[in-house]
Amino acid sequence: MNFSENALKEVQRIIAFYPEGKQKSALIPVLHLAQQEFGGWLSADTMDYVAGLLKLDPIEVYEVATFYSMFNLKPVGKHMFEVCQTGPCMLNGSDDIVKYIYDKLGIKPGETTADGLFTLKTVECLGACGYAPMMQLGEHYREHLTKEKVDALVEECRNR
Amino acid sequence: MGRKLLLDKAHIENIRLYDVYRQHGGYKSVEKALKTMSPDQVTDEVKKSGLRGRGGAGFPTGMKWSFLAKPEGVPRYLVVNADESEPGTFKDRYLMEFIPHLLIEGMITSSYALGAKRSYIYIRGEYAWIVAILEQAIQEAKNNGWLGKNILGTGYDLEIYVQRGAGAYICGEETALLESLEGKRGNPRIKPPFPAVKGLWDCPTVVNNVETIAAVVPIINDGGEEYAKIGIGKSTGTKLISACGNIKKPGVYEIDMMISVEEFLYSDEYCGGIANGKKLKACIPGGSSVPILPANLLLKTAKGETRMMTYESLADGGFATGSMMGSGGFIVLDDSQCVVKHTYTLARFYRHESCGQCSPCREGTGWMEKILLKIENGKGSKSDIDLLWDIQRKIEGNTICPLGDAAAWPVAAAIRHFRDEFEWHIDFPAECLVKNYGLGHYADPLPVIAAV
Repeated sequence: MNFSENALKEVQRIIAFYPEGKQKSALIPVLHLAQQEFGGWLSADTMDYVAGLLKLDPIEVYEVATFYSMFNLKPVGKHMFEVCQTGPCMLNGSDDIVKYIYDKLGIKPGETTADGLFTLKTVECLGACGYAPMMQLGEHYREHLTKEKVDALVEECRNR
Repeated sequence: MGRKLLLDKAHIENIRLYDVYRQHGGYKSVEKALKTMSPDQVTDEVKKSGLRGRGGAGFPTGMKWSFLAKPEGVPRYLVVNADESEPGTFKDRYLMEFIPHLLIEGMITSSYALGAKRSYIYIRGEYAWIVAILEQAIQEAKNNGWLGKNILGTGYDLEIYVQRGAGAYICGEETALLESLEGKRGNPRIKPPFPAVKGLWDCPTVVNNVETIAAVVPIINDGGEEYAKIGIGKSTGTKLISACGNIKKPGVYEIDMMISVEEFLYSDEYCGGIANGKKLKACIPGGSSVPILPANLLLKTAKGETRMMTYESLADGGFATGSMMGSGGFIVLDDSQCVVKHTYTLARFYRHESCGQCSPCREGTGWMEKILLKIENGKGSKSDIDLLWDIQRKIEGNTICPLGDAAAWPVAAAIRHFRDEFEWHIDFPAECLVKNYGLGHYADPLPVIAAV
């Protein structure tokens, strides 16, 4: 298990953000990178690799990886629909969007389609309350969701 | 039309880019501060401006800066809190996405005042695409001599870095943020010591919200006294309000703190009124943590005075009949919404976001979520309402950080003002599954308060 050369360069760039000896600070950004490099989730092997890279004890990596909601500790689908369901999104019909995705793809929150393409996840406030209902897809937000927009997103992902 | 100090240039095409930003007067505050003012003079201007922290607590910024310890030979840090996660709040995102240089400019001037040579922006992990926007702005500023060594030939050095979080509301609490920035779980620290004495890597640190630091730019350009002329009383300057929920025009608005809640909610310049021809039922004016107000207490205070969009007026009446400015997350509920369900989603949010350090919060938030869901599903009993009240009382004030209070207040306010809606769910368990309680009496005019 190894980072690509580009990822290793990125690790060095991140470590340089912090004073000498404070490279533990690079842990969260490097875990993001690891998740991107190794299939969208963090296995124990991945976390051990990151620990070695940053000269940390594995436990220091585990306790961080398990704390933050963006780190997936189980395999996920190629595309993850992370639908916000907190107050302001609920007021604008996020429940209907979750239900629609369930009807369309047959997956409940936390589940992945049999073909491994889609995972549905309900999440708490993503800071897009004025553009509700919304979801995060990869590194971007998809806002003002409607059933038609969900249809289009599914198509977009299938063609990717 | 109110005065705009932060978003006045937001409409300019490509203002995100350095050249355009500079052409429109960008980085003037840095020139002024570094070339003509001492660091203490910059802090003095911020003090004079009356600027209060825009993240939610509203603590005077100049005073916070003046608490910063300055021991010889120890580095000091400025950390910008861009971990915007309070439900209803999306203003910092707007600033960073559309006018990133305003934040960078404010950071340079503020870092100079604080004597910081390395400053960080800690941004919530989900705002992934904004990291690239900020890093581009930092690179442009650096290429043009505003960052790096010996800025403007003054001998002042500064570097700015962006660090991404990974999904944790608690990291908006300043000591949890510092833990996270050190590569740890976001567990808040016990205070004292405060970050001003022992912050990032045990060094003196100031943590300020994005909007607070952006406001330093007009304060230095125009002078603190000019800034303080805008607004009412101790609510000086302008405030970004992110409006959402059941309104015609959700979005981010800059207000001078001199307008009424009614104008903000109903005028076409701002929210444009309630969407879909419905009526106002309730509003949380300052982010999910602050008390919800029924329509009759939102537009007027219990004394019958017009409620204004200021720190003081929104808080008028205390928690009995008032609320708070908070982060400026303005969430509006129309008459077809269910307060119990809405409160349940907030309780679920706080349960999800509790870091788990303190038992009252860790256990209490889970209890509140379960009981609210039970009531919402028509399976509650009258004693559940009292139990909810009891739990929130036992969380409030009994935790290391304010997340406990933030979880308790929305539940308390919902019961305080909408108790009959909770009772209706219990009295009509079948009905509450198929329809909502509606407006009740919450929009009735306030009873006249007898003179004492």
